[in-house]
Amino acid sequence: MKEKRIAFKAAFPHTIPVLTGFVFLGVAYGILMNSKGYGFGWTVLMSMMVFAGSMQYVAIALLTSAFNPVAALLLTLMVNARHLFYGISMLEKYKGTGKMKPYLIFGLCDETFSIISSAKPPEGVDRNWFIFFITLLDHCYWVFGSALGGLAGYMIRFEIKGLDFVLTALFVVIFLRQWRSHTDHRPEMIGVVCSIICLVLFGESNFIIPAMILILTVLTIFRKKIFKEIPQ
Amino acid sequence: MILTALQAFTIICTIALGTAVTRFLPFLLFPANRRTPPYIAYLGSVLPFSIIGLLVVYCLKNVHITAVPFGIPEAIAIVCIIIIDGWKNNTLLSIGAGTVVYMLLMRMAA
Repeated sequence: MKEKRIAFKAAFPHTIPVLTGFVFLGVAYGILMNSKGYGFGWTVLMSMMVFAGSMQYVAIALLTSAFNPVAALLLTLMVNARHLFYGISMLEKYKGTGKMKPYLIFGLCDETFSIISSAKPPEGVDRNWFIFFITLLDHCYWVFGSALGGLAGYMIRFEIKGLDFVLTALFVVIFLRQWRSHTDHRPEMIGVVCSIICLVLFGESNFIIPAMILILTVLTIFRKKIFKEIPQ
Repeated sequence: MILTALQAFTIICTIALGTAVTRFLPFLLFPANRRTPPYIAYLGSVLPFSIIGLLVVYCLKNVHITAVPFGIPEAIAIVCIIIIDGWKNNTLLSIGAGTVVYMLLMRMAA
């Protein structure tokens, strides 16, 4: 019990930016669902079962057009293809997480991935519980935020324009942390440059998959060179 | 609602399934009890760095540098984050300050 409490205390501060961002985006999501005729219950169900912010926004379109589960599945696989990279990155880290593992994989959203890939548990804190609480807290924030939007959607006024930048800021800070953590910056540069090239070429709604392919290609070409310098 | 409750539920389950597939697939293809192929292990070691770069670009994808306000609020906020983070090295301070700067700039631009 004590072990869990220590891990929870260590995990919580890492998730505060996500709390802010998810409550804001979750509320916006709940309101939007409400406006399309999907009330509190639907929003909570979706946030608990899917737990993928951008996909849930896309899903509103699927829920408000003709019934087509096959198209829904294909679209989901494409929008969420980036998760494949998260999984590959976490293969080693999630080894030995035992019974928690299915839940940790289920909850591997953008924000949870970025925190876990950079945050290290302090001395004396159980690594598995630390990862578990980051995943669980982020999941709870998302469900809580979207539930709030679904419930009180009509009452909340949007005087908090720009608050969603908190998640951009989170990714920028994690990017900086990673940058300072090692000397070979080619993987970061490859990520940024390939993404910008594909954003310009394919536009904002279609660039993720081409960017993933380009990143994989370039990382593969430079494998021998980069491999020597990245510690295994 | 255009869809019936059952249809809506089916769509939600489909989306949940599709999302789970993208998250579980790597772990199913490369189980923990077997040695991960060296190429995949290599990707696992470098991808986190590349992917955070992709995520930063992904967050900024709606910024148009050719139209008002030319992405200037985002650029200033990110520069602030870089300076404050280099100075204090405090995650919450950097994120909080960057967000506040951005919100103030958006209000001024509006």
